[in-house]
Amino acid sequence: MSEGTTDKNRGGGLGFWVVGGILLLVMPALNILPPEDSWFHLSDFSLNRFGKFLAFAILALGLDLIWGYTGILSLGQGVFFGLGAYCMGMHMMLTIGKESVYGSDLPDFMVWNQVKELPLFWKPFHSFPVALIGAILVPMTFALIFGFFAFRSRIKGVYFAIITQALALAAWLVFNRNDTNLGGTNGLTDFKQVIGYRLSEPGTQRVLYIITVLCLGASYFLCQWIIRSRAGRVLVAVRDSEKRVVFSGYTPPNYKLFVFVVSAGLAGLAGLLYAPQVGIITPAQIGVLPSLEMVIWVAVCRTVRSNGSKSAW
Amino acid sequence: MATNKPDENNPAEPGTDAAPEAGSSRRELLVKGGKVVAGIGVAALLGNLGNWALSYAADKEPIKIGILHSLSGTMAISEVSLRDTVMMAVEEINAKGGVMGRMIKPVVVDPASNWDLFAEKAKQLLLQDKVSVTFGCWTSVSRKSVLPVFEKNNGLLFYPVQYEGEECSRNVFYTGAAPNQQAVPAVDYLMSKEGGGFTKFYLLGTDYVYPRTTNKILRAMLLAKKVPADKIMEEYTPFHHQDYQTICGKLKKFAAGGGAAVISTINGDSNVPFYKEFANQGLRAEDAPIMAFSVAEDELRGMDTSALVGHLAAWNYYQSVDTPQNKQFVANFKAYCKKNNLPDGDKRVTDDPIEAAYFGVYIWKQAVEKAGTADVDKVRKAVYGSKFLAPGGEIMMDAANHHTYRPVLIGEILADGQFKVVSRSPGLVKPEPWSEFTNPDKGCDWVGHQGTYQK
Amino acid sequence: MTLSLCRLVTVLGMVGLVLCSWQSWTIAADGPPVSSPSVSSSLEQALNQVSSEDESVRNAAIRLLLEQGDATLVPRLEEIRANASRGIRQAIKPLMDLLKNRAKLASPDSDVRRSAATDLGSSGNPLAIPWLDAAKVNESNKWVRYTMEESSALIKLASDDPSIKAAAAEMLGELYSQNGVPALKELVAAGAVAEATEQQKAMAKAADAAIDRIETWGDWANAIETIFRGISLSSILLIMSLGLAIVFGLMGVINMAHGELMMVGAYATFVTQQCFMSWFSPDVFGWYFLVALPVAFLAAAGSGFLLEATVIRFLYGRPLETMLATWGVSLVLMQAARVYFGDLTAVIAPGPLRGGAQVMVGVYLPYNRIFIIALSIVCVLGIYFTLFKSNLGLRVRAVTQNRNMSACLGIPTRKVDSYTFAFGSGLAGIAGWALTMVGNVDPGLGQNYIVDAFMVVVTGGVGKLAGTIVASLGIGGLNKLIEPGFGAVYGKVLILVMVILFLQWRPSGLFAMKGRDAD
Repeated sequence: MSEGTTDKNRGGGLGFWVVGGILLLVMPALNILPPEDSWFHLSDFSLNRFGKFLAFAILALGLDLIWGYTGILSLGQGVFFGLGAYCMGMHMMLTIGKESVYGSDLPDFMVWNQVKELPLFWKPFHSFPVALIGAILVPMTFALIFGFFAFRSRIKGVYFAIITQALALAAWLVFNRNDTNLGGTNGLTDFKQVIGYRLSEPGTQRVLYIITVLCLGASYFLCQWIIRSRAGRVLVAVRDSEKRVVFSGYTPPNYKLFVFVVSAGLAGLAGLLYAPQVGIITPAQIGVLPSLEMVIWVAVCRTVRSNGSKSAW
Repeated sequence: MATNKPDENNPAEPGTDAAPEAGSSRRELLVKGGKVVAGIGVAALLGNLGNWALSYAADKEPIKIGILHSLSGTMAISEVSLRDTVMMAVEEINAKGGVMGRMIKPVVVDPASNWDLFAEKAKQLLLQDKVSVTFGCWTSVSRKSVLPVFEKNNGLLFYPVQYEGEECSRNVFYTGAAPNQQAVPAVDYLMSKEGGGFTKFYLLGTDYVYPRTTNKILRAMLLAKKVPADKIMEEYTPFHHQDYQTICGKLKKFAAGGGAAVISTINGDSNVPFYKEFANQGLRAEDAPIMAFSVAEDELRGMDTSALVGHLAAWNYYQSVDTPQNKQFVANFKAYCKKNNLPDGDKRVTDDPIEAAYFGVYIWKQAVEKAGTADVDKVRKAVYGSKFLAPGGEIMMDAANHHTYRPVLIGEILADGQFKVVSRSPGLVKPEPWSEFTNPDKGCDWVGHQGTYQK
Repeated sequence: MTLSLCRLVTVLGMVGLVLCSWQSWTIAADGPPVSSPSVSSSLEQALNQVSSEDESVRNAAIRLLLEQGDATLVPRLEEIRANASRGIRQAIKPLMDLLKNRAKLASPDSDVRRSAATDLGSSGNPLAIPWLDAAKVNESNKWVRYTMEESSALIKLASDDPSIKAAAAEMLGELYSQNGVPALKELVAAGAVAEATEQQKAMAKAADAAIDRIETWGDWANAIETIFRGISLSSILLIMSLGLAIVFGLMGVINMAHGELMMVGAYATFVTQQCFMSWFSPDVFGWYFLVALPVAFLAAAGSGFLLEATVIRFLYGRPLETMLATWGVSLVLMQAARVYFGDLTAVIAPGPLRGGAQVMVGVYLPYNRIFIIALSIVCVLGIYFTLFKSNLGLRVRAVTQNRNMSACLGIPTRKVDSYTFAFGSGLAGIAGWALTMVGNVDPGLGQNYIVDAFMVVVTGGVGKLAGTIVASLGIGGLNKLIEPGFGAVYGKVLILVMVILFLQWRPSGLFAMKGRDAD
């Protein structure tokens, strides 16, 4: 929620470029250049952690878009985040291959759950592009279906928050089940590589970090663009008074649905970047509590109005 | 096995008084609070003291160890006690001059019952704090999530809780029970004439790795013992499940006609509603006893045990085990909790994981002293085959598979939350991480093989 | 009259027991019996032979002891058993159990009598039949008598005499005995094989008829129990949602800390119990639970009052922010409870709420659940009278319907908010008090049911008592209806989907507010 609801500084402004520059160039440089015992050295561990926070920042941007600009409080963002992370995680699970503890082609948890054959819905995730696209499209589709029903029947305000919270609970319960073949409580873990690069290499993590920063920047511009567009104005109007928007001849549900789907996509993207950097994704990230926590970051940022949701950690 | 007589418990521990090596006599010294024991023990101790004095300066920097237990969140209930235990062991060791003259400095982190955070905190311990060894984890999930971290960075983890087996990591020592040291003998007992000769089994658990894998092994075992498949039921409930009405209804139907036992791997706070509902629907421990693998003294503390009395549990240690060192251990633990103003103070109890966490620290200490260094690779070799007089009797680390030889005890829950031992294995049971029922062709060996191998 | 007679008989029996045990003790102490009656001497001989290594001698001794001995022999046997080898110990165990259970048949406690009868039935020893039949005659409790008949029939079913067997099968059918089904099924299976004799076939037919009867009854019993479970879950949901619904209706705020206010109530109950334990004599301990009711209500109401005054008041008109703020409060409360009380604390159920009532064969209704159902009804009535018959209720309803108008009419809306919030919180406290009966008291107590409670409120509609009642009945009932088929998790997911679809049809819940302010 950088630069706030006031659209004063076009294109992001100086602050954005300074922060972006530091995140993109200075931090990796501090990680590589100074010797390890130097005061300026940023350890691989810390860089990795920053990467994780920045992934969350992408999610926070999406959340800010629907809550801050449209006034829809979704307590189910964790679900979309989880869907993205699981898509990516499933791909990485499949690339482990024989390196796993059980030495089977199947992911470990399937071996201990006595699954003999790879379930059908896992199969497409052998392909990296499918996983990438899936990580963003699956949450968006899900949001589309859910949002369609919710907004069409004019569920809003507290009602919407409660319903999405129930959604988070339901998703959490389902993901926790071992018979859904998604790893149960353990989730997906023990990732080894992504498109051939070893995740244990600091280099891979550095690249992942840089990708995360770039994605964050892109998401930021996307949000800016949406806010500036005609649709963005309608959204703000919906937040301020939905009735008047209806009377002015707009159909708010469509706009709301649009922004809900976009935010779900951003959450999916965040999950996509989160999984390889943290190395594990479990239902614990999906439930009611994490979803609420995410909202709290945004709430804090909105109140503080500091340097945007990037300070979410 | 099988006796209610307490005095038969003692002879069942082989080698308690035979062949006390230096390690165990030092331990004795510790236990007796500095009282001198005559004979070889003293000589060995003095010899060791001399060694320390010669080879290490007294101002050597401390050895750092990590403690990775959840201190907040849902698992805190169980794990905080383990943190306390490890801290107590460390305090005891430091009070006796540390390890090789070096003090032990514990680094405590809180992964807050969050599996992702477990991996992150493990990384922090290994990479940032550079600890020599870590004591930690409770749930299988948390262990599975830190496993890659320990393997990648060649750390050393002592894992103190009974678990589902099927794991053989070079970087973990398992001081809790493998399935053949808890689940399998427990069901064996239920099937035996003495245990009641049960013929129908309801496998009920919380939905996660440990129950699923344990039940997989048990199912294979029951089928191998010619129990027909329709006499085995399997069911899982989510974590924190509260409403056991429907399940108890099913159970009642299943148990009709007698001969049914419930094998419960229900975890944590679901237990109370389950046992209450079980009793309230008119089911009795005599008709269908519940054999639990996750209910120990520490969980029973403060529970309303009225509905649990008469049901069974299988562990490798109980607070009620009657050995002199156990009496001392229980008293020490209570005193430690009281002294440090921990919640509940001297009302705290010990249980199996607490004992396992406790002797884990001493096994590590012995190994460090034997290896002469805290280096992970050398310590690992020194752990193989080492023995220690634990509170519940002497235990032994396996010579190659990173697990622990322990006795198996079946206990009956009493009204005060303690257990009465109703059956006891004749000696120590050899740990088998790969169950003979599900993976008869696999073995675990880090000396003759590279971990898991095909037999 | 009969009851007192029974009691007299029992007392006399007990006196007899004591005398007998004293007598046998003297015999044992005096060494070899010289002048004791012949029965004792044969028993004595059997007692000596019971630890014999020769199996036939041992079995004969056991048989003799069973036929002639009684519970007074148990201490002697215990002594023998303690010194015997494993095989003998195992042989003596059933003997001791039988003798013990026989004595228990005369116990003054009906539960003990009943479980003794069950044990005798599952022992399968035909010697127990006359014991059971004799005990049945004097039995006053219907269900104990039932169990005795059932046990006796179960043993008879294993008899070799076909006529007794057939009669037993029919008896079991008549008793609708689920316990008999496995044995009956074996008989059916025995009659189904090719080489079965005519007799076996006839037996199988009789068994089949009995099974049919039992299963039909079982289905009914199951249906009744399912309905009861549904109602029980509904009543829990209802108690939890009532306070939530009132506050939601009045202020448009979902109080996310509602679950934690329940937790406050539960902990208040726990603390009351601890106080009783340490300060009062055990005689009055049972009363703690009643005393805990006002304590729980006041503790939760007080917390709610504070919450309203310190947090919610400042977020007036921003329902979403209020939600988040109350959620923050809930985290604080949970953590505080965790730090202060540790994780596991439990309330000991007062005696009358333990166990259950058997209303018909196979239907067992736990007292604690009946209690909660009754409590929910009382709560609904209480709220009804508060809302519709009292002055405060009038104001609450006025503010709920139109806040501005009420303010213009001079109703102090802030005060009404404050009181109502405290009242709603107090109801949460009562819910927590009641929940200590089914689960444990832990910091996560509120989290377990709270989303369900939200769903009830949302489905029921704003500020309508009837909506909340119907919604909780619907959600609780459906949940229990679905659960046996789909399992707990998918059942719950299905319910959530249904609620979402339901809101399609009725966006503001079952009983929507009508009128000008309805948006």
